[in-house]
Amino acid sequence: MPQEEAIVKLIYLTAAVLFIFGLKGLTHPRTAVRGNFLAALGMLLAIVVTLLDNRIVSFQIIVAGFVVGGLIGVIMAYRSPMTSIPQVVAVFNGFGGGASALAVGAAYMEALKGEWIEEITIQFTASVAMAGIIGAVAFTGSAIAFAKLQRLLTERPVLLPGRHVINIVLLLLCLGLGVWQVVDPSGSFPFWAMIGVASLLGIMLVIPIGGADMPVVISLLNAYSGLAAAGHGWVLNNSVLIIAGSLVGAAGFILTALMCKAMNRSLANVIFAGVGAVVATETEEEDIYAGRVKSASAEEVAILLSDARRVVIAPGYGLAVAQAQYAIQDLMLLLESRDVEVDFAIHPVAGRMPGHMNVLLAEANIPYEQLKELDRINPTFRQTDVVLVIGANDVVNPLAREADPSIPIAGMPILNVDEARSVVVIKRSLSPGFAGIANPLFAADNALMLFGDAKEVAMDLTAAIKET
Amino acid sequence: METFVPALTIFILALFVGFEIITKVPPLLHTPLMSGANAISGITLVGTLITSGARLTPVTEILGFLAVAMATANVVGGFLVTHRMLAMFHRKD
Repeated sequence: MPQEEAIVKLIYLTAAVLFIFGLKGLTHPRTAVRGNFLAALGMLLAIVVTLLDNRIVSFQIIVAGFVVGGLIGVIMAYRSPMTSIPQVVAVFNGFGGGASALAVGAAYMEALKGEWIEEITIQFTASVAMAGIIGAVAFTGSAIAFAKLQRLLTERPVLLPGRHVINIVLLLLCLGLGVWQVVDPSGSFPFWAMIGVASLLGIMLVIPIGGADMPVVISLLNAYSGLAAAGHGWVLNNSVLIIAGSLVGAAGFILTALMCKAMNRSLANVIFAGVGAVVATETEEEDIYAGRVKSASAEEVAILLSDARRVVIAPGYGLAVAQAQYAIQDLMLLLESRDVEVDFAIHPVAGRMPGHMNVLLAEANIPYEQLKELDRINPTFRQTDVVLVIGANDVVNPLAREADPSIPIAGMPILNVDEARSVVVIKRSLSPGFAGIANPLFAADNALMLFGDAKEVAMDLTAAIKET
Repeated sequence: METFVPALTIFILALFVGFEIITKVPPLLHTPLMSGANAISGITLVGTLITSGARLTPVTEILGFLAVAMATANVVGGFLVTHRMLAMFHRKD
């Protein structure tokens, strides 16, 4: 190996080590900012050393790409509100997958002309096919996820007739074209046909998935874009791409598995079952709620809160939709000034991506020690005087404890808010959550409904407590 | 074959390292983890640079430009938005 090549490879190794240290930094909020910085430094190193590569003879396209892409990145990163983070991650993820697919396409076309590599090997064509398929699926899948999260498309599952058959046909077609491209690398038609079919497959795979299942989809697409990058590394025989791609693939798959576990559903069920397409019938709701739901005013709840020693707030995505984070922070500060202990109960799927709710509350200056995950908060509900459930529904539904398989959320770990002395549910109406089933918590003996918009109710509560 | 086995070795070992580290990330930071990991997957930019800087036909030139632009947006935007989020997490004073 010539000396220059060895130096380039050692710098790539340094970049890979920085990525690992960077991810390690993310294991604690105190070291996380530095971790992200180390990973960015690793990226910068890898890019700079690549630009010195003597295979690069023209810089015009690269500079143009840097300027356009850099501007898009900066604007999206700084202009997006925290409620839109899932969309932003979906877009960046789609970009990464799309870039891998197009770049291996370009590499393949150059190789066909006999320019760019000495010999077209099976490893080369197979990696091109792999990065192409996964990259294209990640690109269009992320685009659909973005459109759903941004409400450009309905958040409810779109169930096409015969969609399983269509998907299998598309997948086989895709693999068939891939094999053709691997065994007969003489023209670029099979590659681009394969990209086209894979793009269609990406759309078909995400369209039947509902809004509340987005944490799983985003995690999975993230894993795909990692694998596409690793595949791209095989094409170029470049170790830093392989290492970074597999780290990201691992992150994506772990989060996918955690999100499925948090809903007690299999990945196949999330992706194929179209959960959320049916809504509870009126009669079921009447059976459960009939005459048993107690409604309270803000003043009554204010008295409950003033007398409490420990209050837990269980937020759901409805809190973010109502933009109630800052109003909740005011309420928390007021309660704390009266020596009430306040904690937040964060269910893993409370937002639209894993951990989303933590970011939304951190933005509203709520200290991270008070953001407690399921395992840490559940044992404390028995010692809690009041739980405020704000904009959450399925994640506090006691029906999840039933073993009845007809209940879509059966077996899902929930926040055991009903174990507290009193539960106040702040909600606009008794309408069902994403799972489309009634919630017996609303009719429980220790539960009160406080109807209204989360932000207005939080402000009313703060005002009412100040008067007591 | 001579490059296939070393590449596979690196791939598998890196997967294990990834699993070990990432299972230690608390749920509190799962969103920044995802956007940070996503920015790292923009490493595909390195690959796009090598391809698009070569002597190119007009078609691969356009592909190269799109790939560099998308990967750059992924890298720059990904690290910045992760930083913006992480800067919000603070302790009780």
